[in-house]
Amino acid sequence: MKEDIFRITEDPIPPDALFDLVRSDADGAVVTFAGVVRDNSLGRETEHLVYDAYREMAEKKLREIGAEIRAKWGLDRVAILHRVGRMEIGEISVLIAVASPHRREAFEACHHAIDRLKQTVPIWKKEVWKDGETWIEGARPVGNS
Amino acid sequence: MKIKALFFASCRDIVKNREIELEVPEGATAAEVLNQLCQTYPRLSDLRGRMALSVNEDYAAPESILRPGDTLALIPPVSGGCL
Repeated sequence: MKEDIFRITEDPIPPDALFDLVRSDADGAVVTFAGVVRDNSLGRETEHLVYDAYREMAEKKLREIGAEIRAKWGLDRVAILHRVGRMEIGEISVLIAVASPHRREAFEACHHAIDRLKQTVPIWKKEVWKDGETWIEGARPVGNS
Repeated sequence: MKIKALFFASCRDIVKNREIELEVPEGATAAEVLNQLCQTYPRLSDLRGRMALSVNEDYAAPESILRPGDTLALIPPVSGGCL
């Protein structure tokens, strides 16, 4: 890989941001996963989202996910970007790309990466509705507003 | 001794600060500092049972002993990625 990408960014993430970075000529598969801002949550209409991160620790945890994938599938062509700040409906909040010679390993590793990210990486989402907002911490919202 | 404490998401809304410097007793544990913070900011207590702690950017057990200059962060349940 040209450079190691496990990064928190404020900038919009294009869907193909990581493709060329992870792909090599030995690869027959590139799997990318994009997490996208949806227009509804918890039965309410989402206006926009705001993500906050403990940036230094988040990037460290993302690198650890990369190390897990290297250990389990022998793949080092993995990249993860997570955006922070305000995001509108349809924008990409997280993008993961994994390249491998065959599809199975790339699918499995990409699935592992998003599951682990949601468990261990210190990033938080705030749902903003027309009539209020709340931090989502774990599976449920905090307090009422 | 002096340490740094970091707050995110709902914790930051309560403390109204992302980062504060704290004077704590020599040899204090992460849990003891959390107690001290909950006294200063009582609304943190509501989140207490659900929060994780990190010391110097790694998850840490409550009984971890802090050293001067350490960075303690309160980590509410994370919600990155997408639901």
